[in-house]
Amino acid sequence: MRHENLFMGDQIMYRIYRRTNLSVSLAALAFACTAGLPALAQTAGATSAPTAPTITDGTRLFEDFGGKPGLVKIMDDFMDNLLADSRTKPFFAPADQAHIKAMLVEQFCQILNGGCVYSGKDMATAHAGMGVTEGDFYALVEDLQKAMNKNHIPFASQNRLLAALAPQHRDIVEK
Amino acid sequence: MTSKIWTSAAFAALTGCVCAPAMAQTAGMSDRLLLTGGVSEVEGAAGGGLTPWALIGGYGTRDQLGASGYYTHVDTDDYSLESFGALLAVNDRVEFSISQQRFNLQDVGASLGLGSNYKIDVTTYGAKVRVLGDAILEQDSWIPQVAVGVLYKDNNRDTLVKSLGADHSDGADFYVSATKLLLAHSLLLNATARLTRANQFGILGQSGDYKPEFEGSAAYLLTRKIAVGAEIRTKPDNLAGLKEDTAYDAFVAYAPTKNLAVTLAYADLGNIVVGDQRGLYISLQAGF
Ligand code: HEM
Repeated sequence: MRHENLFMGDQIMYRIYRRTNLSVSLAALAFACTAGLPALAQTAGATSAPTAPTITDGTRLFEDFGGKPGLVKIMDDFMDNLLADSRTKPFFAPADQAHIKAMLVEQFCQILNGGCVYSGKDMATAHAGMGVTEGDFYALVEDLQKAMNKNHIPFASQNRLLAALAPQHRDIVEK
Repeated sequence: MTSKIWTSAAFAALTGCVCAPAMAQTAGMSDRLLLTGGVSEVEGAAGGGLTPWALIGGYGTRDQLGASGYYTHVDTDDYSLESFGALLAVNDRVEFSISQQRFNLQDVGASLGLGSNYKIDVTTYGAKVRVLGDAILEQDSWIPQVAVGVLYKDNNRDTLVKSLGADHSDGADFYVSATKLLLAHSLLLNATARLTRANQFGILGQSGDYKPEFEGSAAYLLTRKIAVGAEIRTKPDNLAGLKEDTAYDAFVAYAPTKNLAVTLAYADLGNIVVGDQRGLYISLQAGF
């Protein structure tokens, strides 16, 4: 269905290009836009297999999250939110919640450069066959944001963690 | 004539795209994150206040529909501008918008012999297609979300705008927008290049040849619900004796819930026939 949609869109744009003979200049503009974006410094370090890369720029990020005890509290609230959210509840209600929370603490601790080593499954294996949609993924992010807010994690620090987690959608979202 | 072509193109697109895939959707709506559909820019497309972004409006994901409606009021030194409209988004991929810009000449109308509170109405039909990237999710890549779009503007004051020097009353703008959320920096950046010959957003018709104009927006996310930022939009200057300037604004957008966003801005639209037109911009948006 999505493909038909795209195709329609392309056809319309194609007709627009033809009619106005602007295709070349539009393409040039698109290129200029993309190429002209400022190359700001990346914050994420090198890839480490089963989870997102550790953020290694040596800031107080891990402390902003209250260290390991802070992460444990966040995960308790996070799981409560996931179970209260009708979009995520069907996934987490039947799962081993204590285990997932423990794995999330390890995972986030490693990403935040807190000196942990994540011992769980890689994201593709952990979420295989679940049929997670993009909407489910965003729902989980929202529930995590609310848990972090409840624990007074600075918003900019929350965003640094979320920026590291977001690309994992490729291994988690199925359609 | 051209007006007819564009209107029918817009509606062919609407009916074609909407009926087939959208009706088959069983998924819910509104699952994207707060403010990630932008707000409604003054020409009805999802964007900032003055410029379209590559983000698709509403809160629908890649397998959902999205929609939003808005009302905007701008009160400058000598004029007021009302803009209202709605958009429909399909699969976070295509966006169709229809909106009206109602420009009130207030006392300037009287001094031009048109009577005070003379109004010029522009109806704008918009279509936008996301062509690559994902501004929100692809946080380990610098590739922005890129969309191309068209805004067809139908001006109801043919005789007036032609007497002011416009070649045509109606016409289309073509744009390409690149938007990126730099989430680790809590920063959203947009750049838009627009091919246009519209005078004063199309309020004074269309003149001259298509020229590229540049638009830029930067927004800093203060919380999940509040963003502050600024925008710039260059415009053509094709009407002899009626100087046209670059427009700017500084804004704060607040989304108390997913269904509601309020944008407050201070806008400087530059010279519009007379004076430097500055003033308050307020916009309400309902989104799904
Ligand atoms: C960036 C987003 C996500 C991260 C970082 C994440 C992380 C994790 C981790 C670390 C585990 C434990 C793996 C293990 O047992 O070794 C896990 C398991 C699980 N996740 Fe996610 N997850 C994400 C998104 C989601 C989403 C969107 C859903 C569904 C809405 C989901 C549902 C589950 C479920 C049900 C399990 C348990 C699987 C089992 O019982 O073996 N996850 N996740």
